[in-house]
Amino acid sequence: MNPIVNLSRRDFLRTGLAAGGGLVLGLYWPSARRIARAAAAEEFPLSALVRIARDGTVTIVVGQSEMGQGIITSVPMIIADELEADWSKVRWEQAPADPAFGDPARGGQQSTAGSRSIRTMLTHWRKIGAAGREMLVSAAARQWEVPAEECYAEQNTVIHRPTGRKLTYGELAEKASQLPPPKDPKLKSPDQFRYIGKKIPRLDVPDKVTGRSLYGIDVKVPGMLVATVERCPVFGGKVASFDATQTKAVKGVRHVVQISSGVAVVADYYWAAKRGRDALKITWDEGPNAQQSSAAITKLWAEAAKQPGPVAKKVGDPESALAAAAKKLEAVYEVPFLAHATMEPMNCTAHVTQESCDIWVGTQNQTRTRAEGARITGLRPEAVKVHTMMLGGGFGRRGHVDFVREAVETSKAVKAPVKVIWTREDDMRHGFYRPATYNVFRAALDERGAPIAWTHRIVGPSISAQRGQTLKGGLDPSMLAVAGELPYAIPNLEVQYIYRDVGIPVGVWRSVGASQNAFITESFIDELAAAAGKDPFEFRRELLVKAPRHKRVLELAAEKAGWGKPLPPGRFRGIAVAFSYGSYAAEVAEVSVAKDGKVRVHRVVCAVDCGMYVNPDQVEAQMEGGIVYGLTAALYGEITIENGRVKQSNFHDYPMLRINEMPVVEVHIVQSNENPGGVGEPGVPPIAPAVCNAIFAATGKRIRKLPIRPEELRGA
Amino acid sequence: MIPLIVNGKKHTVDAEPDTPLLWVLRETLGLTGTKYGCGIAQCGACTVHLDGKPIRSCATAVSAASGKKITTIEGLSPDGSHPVQKAWIAEDVPQCGYCQSGQIMSAAALLATNRKPSDADIDAAMSGNICRCGTYQRIRRAIHRAASLMAQGGAK
Repeated sequence: MNPIVNLSRRDFLRTGLAAGGGLVLGLYWPSARRIARAAAAEEFPLSALVRIARDGTVTIVVGQSEMGQGIITSVPMIIADELEADWSKVRWEQAPADPAFGDPARGGQQSTAGSRSIRTMLTHWRKIGAAGREMLVSAAARQWEVPAEECYAEQNTVIHRPTGRKLTYGELAEKASQLPPPKDPKLKSPDQFRYIGKKIPRLDVPDKVTGRSLYGIDVKVPGMLVATVERCPVFGGKVASFDATQTKAVKGVRHVVQISSGVAVVADYYWAAKRGRDALKITWDEGPNAQQSSAAITKLWAEAAKQPGPVAKKVGDPESALAAAAKKLEAVYEVPFLAHATMEPMNCTAHVTQESCDIWVGTQNQTRTRAEGARITGLRPEAVKVHTMMLGGGFGRRGHVDFVREAVETSKAVKAPVKVIWTREDDMRHGFYRPATYNVFRAALDERGAPIAWTHRIVGPSISAQRGQTLKGGLDPSMLAVAGELPYAIPNLEVQYIYRDVGIPVGVWRSVGASQNAFITESFIDELAAAAGKDPFEFRRELLVKAPRHKRVLELAAEKAGWGKPLPPGRFRGIAVAFSYGSYAAEVAEVSVAKDGKVRVHRVVCAVDCGMYVNPDQVEAQMEGGIVYGLTAALYGEITIENGRVKQSNFHDYPMLRINEMPVVEVHIVQSNENPGGVGEPGVPPIAPAVCNAIFAATGKRIRKLPIRPEELRGA
Repeated sequence: MIPLIVNGKKHTVDAEPDTPLLWVLRETLGLTGTKYGCGIAQCGACTVHLDGKPIRSCATAVSAASGKKITTIEGLSPDGSHPVQKAWIAEDVPQCGYCQSGQIMSAAALLATNRKPSDADIDAAMSGNICRCGTYQRIRRAIHRAASLMAQGGAK
């Protein structure tokens, strides 16, 4: 019997406490017992995250969600490196929902968001790998009856240095799994890394080119029915009454049930459910938002912006500086609501029984998914099993659990496994949108063109408030990203935020507040450069005296883009820089504007300082992807509200950038030993301002409202 | 009952004639590599070959495919060895991967008729396929790579 598997929970707690800072090992241990039972007989757990088979196969369990960012390759790279595992023997496996697989610094919360995985958990995973390596070395030393110090691990083998004797990890796994994990395993020095920092192919790609990879929408369980849900088109509206007579007449329709979000039509197949749904007759109580519109929202916010609001940041005395200034500027900037539009529409499969609740879902938040299942069924969280599937895109949308709620409620109601599938139209019209905002700027320049005052008033909704959080001092930090921490040395500065909810659900959208605030502030700083008659790159550079990492990426992007050097006729450059999620990114866009106002982005040069990184090829991929995401929004992205409803419905009226519009993207990574920053989001913020600043260079027209409207650039 | 030939195998399916081919492939035949993205032929995630030509299966009634040869991502090669698949692996193209079956089917159809596509040819053939992760630059590189693999004779 494995003595560790026999540890009682009390023993475990004591061990965890004795370890002091040993939260790392403490947290994952109870799950190792459960997993040991579940694992194949010939596999031995060194921890909840690492198992080794007799044939030397190393299985690494990943608790984070794969939504394209490469985490199911990065976590194995990190753990395998410290473990000294042979990469060709490494396999990955998706973890269940369990605090053991979450972030120990966040009480075991298991979510994939905020470009956070590597920047908060790198050391945690390194320790898990190093602990496993030390256990394997100890097991070998015991077998040889030699001091562990005489042994070392290399590529799935432990070697006794004086004699050259060797034992493989496969041979050692069982013994090693019986040893207590070391409290403070010794980590490698960076020059010893085999995998971290290297370009390593993604582990999920072979299955993604053959169609074998399984996403939430692909789940099939025995006896499963398929449902689609008709929801009130107006946000906050409810079902008043419905008539399902015609729906029930559709072949294949099994049930029609009212759930908290609307009416679910449950059928043998999706198409039957869809046809049944089309035949539903529902009377809605549209609620208080029935008259809401984009025009009314703008009017409300413009009015609110006339009065001062809570102060997020104040330096010096901007009012006096403005009053005395040689040159003043004022501008209003607006950004729209945006949908995430993941390629895979929302979906979830649930199977609720008296004793259990199984949920198969592409989720960014296993902790919330499990809690939601427990809340609806009344079961203990332990009875709720979350099976994380591949995510066909996340971008923040899959951190919500509205689609989980629908599947669990429907399965509970019809007493069968149910897969709820959203249509693209559902996805577009029932999202949690990137907040629209209304922004008023004033700034002043002195005689030499140096900025001496900057005031920025942001009016908009609040993601935090909609989540039920109290806004301390009336402020939502997520709405103030970038804007509240302007890197430029301006002696008098004030940033205010005025919270005005307008009944439209808002949520985190790839790079969150930085996505809009970098556009707004990096465009307005460009206005100041133009007003000062200075080069926009040099102007920024001189103001970044106290922001060396901003300055470095700005300089690198400018250098690689050939800033100041001649371009082909008709092409112009724009530049922008932003810090978000622990990383610094600068981008230079090369743009031309056709006579009809159509904007073409030819080339984007990106410089990123994300500190220490794991896989440079995936850093590049994330920058490329972030640029496309942000460029799509700048050129096309707009969710408009009419009669309380979203006007857009599908990709014909909410267009995406396509391959024929794709610029050449070059990514340059700053070599750095700083703590790791995120990479999933920081590529997004600089692209919209870089492009709009290039449009200004090309046409003299300043884009102060996104998306870019070609009709306003016609003949410019 | 509608006869279908999918990846060389004959099936007879019981489906309403107006059911999109996509849902018959995914739900009736269990071939889930072909994806639902928009339902209106706007995104290309559902691309399959019908008698060798790329079509959007979300907007093609199953009755229109009756008796014709259908190839899905599962049938492109027995083991992921089609030059397009090899090139996709070599360039590490996919991120989330959801659109990639459709991208690969469009690319394979392009290369079947144009052994050395230019960038403009790629734009024309691939602009019906949306990738929200923004892998377009790698897709372009991978198509050029697949073309060279095919030229070297690695290929069908």
